[in-house]
Amino acid sequence: MNAPTTSHYPSAPTEQRAETHTLSVLVDNEPGVLARVIGLFSGRGYNIESLTVSETEHAKHQSLITIVTTGTPMVIEQIKNQLDRLVPIHRVVDMTSVGNSIERELAMVKVRGKGEQRVEALRLADAFRARVIDATTESFVFEITGASGKIEQFVALMLPLGLVEVARTGIAAIRRGPEGL
Amino acid sequence: MTKEMTGAEMVIQALADQGVQHLFGYPGGAVLPIYDALFHQEKVRHVLVRHEQGAVHMAEGYARSTGKVGCVLVTSGPGATNAVTGLTDALMDSIPVVCITGQVPTHLIGNDAFQEADTVGITRPCTKHNYLVKRIEDLPRVLHEAFHIAASGRPGPVVVDIPKDVQFAKGTYSKPKEFAHTGYKPRMKGDLEKIKHAISLMAHAKKPLFYTGGGVINSGKAASDLLRELVKLSGFPITSTLMGLGAYAAADPQWLGMLGMHGTLEANMAMHDCDVMVCIGARFDDRITGRLDAFSPNSKKIHIDIDPSSINKNVKVDVPIVGDCAHVLEDMVRLWRTQAHQPDKTAQKVWWAQIDKWRARKSLAYRPSNEVIKPQYAIQRLYELTKDRDVYITTEVGQHQMWAAQFYGFQEPNRWMTSGGLGTMGYGLPASVGVQLAHPKSLVIDIAGEASVQMTMQELSTAVQYRLPIKVFILNNKYMGMVRQWQELLHGGRYSESYSEALPDFVKLAEAMHAVGIRCEKPGDLDHAIKEMINVDRPVLFDCVVDPAENCFPMIPSGRAHNEMLLGDAAEKLEDAITEEGKMLV
Repeated sequence: MNAPTTSHYPSAPTEQRAETHTLSVLVDNEPGVLARVIGLFSGRGYNIESLTVSETEHAKHQSLITIVTTGTPMVIEQIKNQLDRLVPIHRVVDMTSVGNSIERELAMVKVRGKGEQRVEALRLADAFRARVIDATTESFVFEITGASGKIEQFVALMLPLGLVEVARTGIAAIRRGPEGL
Repeated sequence: MTKEMTGAEMVIQALADQGVQHLFGYPGGAVLPIYDALFHQEKVRHVLVRHEQGAVHMAEGYARSTGKVGCVLVTSGPGATNAVTGLTDALMDSIPVVCITGQVPTHLIGNDAFQEADTVGITRPCTKHNYLVKRIEDLPRVLHEAFHIAASGRPGPVVVDIPKDVQFAKGTYSKPKEFAHTGYKPRMKGDLEKIKHAISLMAHAKKPLFYTGGGVINSGKAASDLLRELVKLSGFPITSTLMGLGAYAAADPQWLGMLGMHGTLEANMAMHDCDVMVCIGARFDDRITGRLDAFSPNSKKIHIDIDPSSINKNVKVDVPIVGDCAHVLEDMVRLWRTQAHQPDKTAQKVWWAQIDKWRARKSLAYRPSNEVIKPQYAIQRLYELTKDRDVYITTEVGQHQMWAAQFYGFQEPNRWMTSGGLGTMGYGLPASVGVQLAHPKSLVIDIAGEASVQMTMQELSTAVQYRLPIKVFILNNKYMGMVRQWQELLHGGRYSESYSEALPDFVKLAEAMHAVGIRCEKPGDLDHAIKEMINVDRPVLFDCVVDPAENCFPMIPSGRAHNEMLLGDAAEKLEDAITEEGKMLV
């Protein structure tokens, strides 16, 4: 039996296993729509691991928001239902439970160094199929695309070689095969 | 039909086309064009409030008692921020309200202009949807959309923020059209396979129970009628949340009373012990469930709700049915009538015998007194003396609200207006103004506490101005009673700041505001005083001086389950009474 409390609210539930899900959210491209989505997450205490927003089809005035979030299965279901309730949101698709989806992100990685370090950075970039998009005699900016794990691995390798900064786009996701969202 | 007019004129025209007869509002710089447009017409009647919070509560009372959309008009900045409490209240209790707010001219937005506030930003989390209309071309569509969104699906408040230059701008008005939005399509019909599954579970139940909520009221009169039919057909017991009172007649023997923190013992024990729970239009709120891991541990749960996000939010259910209560109930009644399986009558008899044992505990009992008025007695007398009339009840928030829910028997839907989700002290008085306006011939009573009523007291002037004979029945125990009760039970009787110091003389106050004041201090005088109140055709402040020490029982103590209720000392003692451990809690 629970210990007596001095609160008139039920005690917090015991922690359950959290899952990571990627949600594709199709919205009307109108002012404030992103604020509605973010406000929902912060207001209800949901996590945002990654968030990507961009207009998809200009003529339709629609944008695609890709959100990576973590939570218990019950919380993930809540997030989807709460998002679906927002008026400017057309569709919410859980790419993780639909399965068979591709997730990619792009990162630009600035590395500064000379001599052997510089050569090593370039060699590793080649192995990761990262492209050099800017170079000076003492620095490179690499462009790398791939799954988040690959980018994190690349960044970790660049750290001892003079990593200056990283700019990542966040995740974009799409389903494999001929079907649309 | 299209017509050239200003934005301000469009607002009034759209309200008229949406069937709005009463508009609760307060003028200010950023809505002057709309007030000017109001001046030139007679379709929409404006009610001048004393504070914008009052305007929204009036609209809520109006909406809840009629099933129509309540409508509010306030100015920018402080007008909008004052409305926020009311909007949040309407969101939590799913009340359809359209609130039109003025905004500074578009070119000044973001400039910290005089009386500027980020209204759409502030109201985003406390509305179902909101709009900032920057172009006159969008205005007619947005206004009509606002009404559609407020009233359809799970109802709620919608804000339309209109900058002053848009109110002056000329444009083409268009009548309401069929609403077409791919992102907003509330589901009305429930999944038939799931409804069949639910009916089969119900038919095989040995200890079934209906648990209904405000969704049944929101779904309209038909939902209440169908609910009554299904309850009668099945013979199951029924309980309801605070918001759902009136959907089922309190006088009926199958009615167990309200459930939850201050619900009856029989309702809560039945919730705990049932094997099939049929939840209709309720949301498993924390005041209902108590301790979640001990909530109705052995039941199959059927949950009918129009809002998918209400399902599996707090409690995992077995049969989720997304749909409008009336639509789903219609299918359920039809399927119940045609189903082959006969419910287990013997098991149900045993179940009812158990329920009758719980009932025999008389969990609502209190110690009567000839010296002081017991608050429960006051509500009982109020009920007995008004039940044969056409009566509407509103409340503030606190002990008096719970006693009203426990002791006032509601037989019809839409007769009970209270702030459930948000628990807004100060809701009842303005809400009663809205109700009285919608039902001029009815008896409208705000059951109040002396602390709550002082939060929106000024709206008594509104009632006087529009000759609305509301009755404010104050259970005056000189305390914020519920706060005092919790301090007594959980904080060692340290009554920190819960005493109502320096109370006004409510009789003189009423007279100063051109209303009628009545005071009653003795149980023997109560009936006469209540009759006097009813017979006055003017607003009344009734100062009912009650026992300051009375606590509201029964009660589920914090962190406890439904079967661990705390009863008052007047309840019948039986062998399965509250454990010593339970008593230690107090």
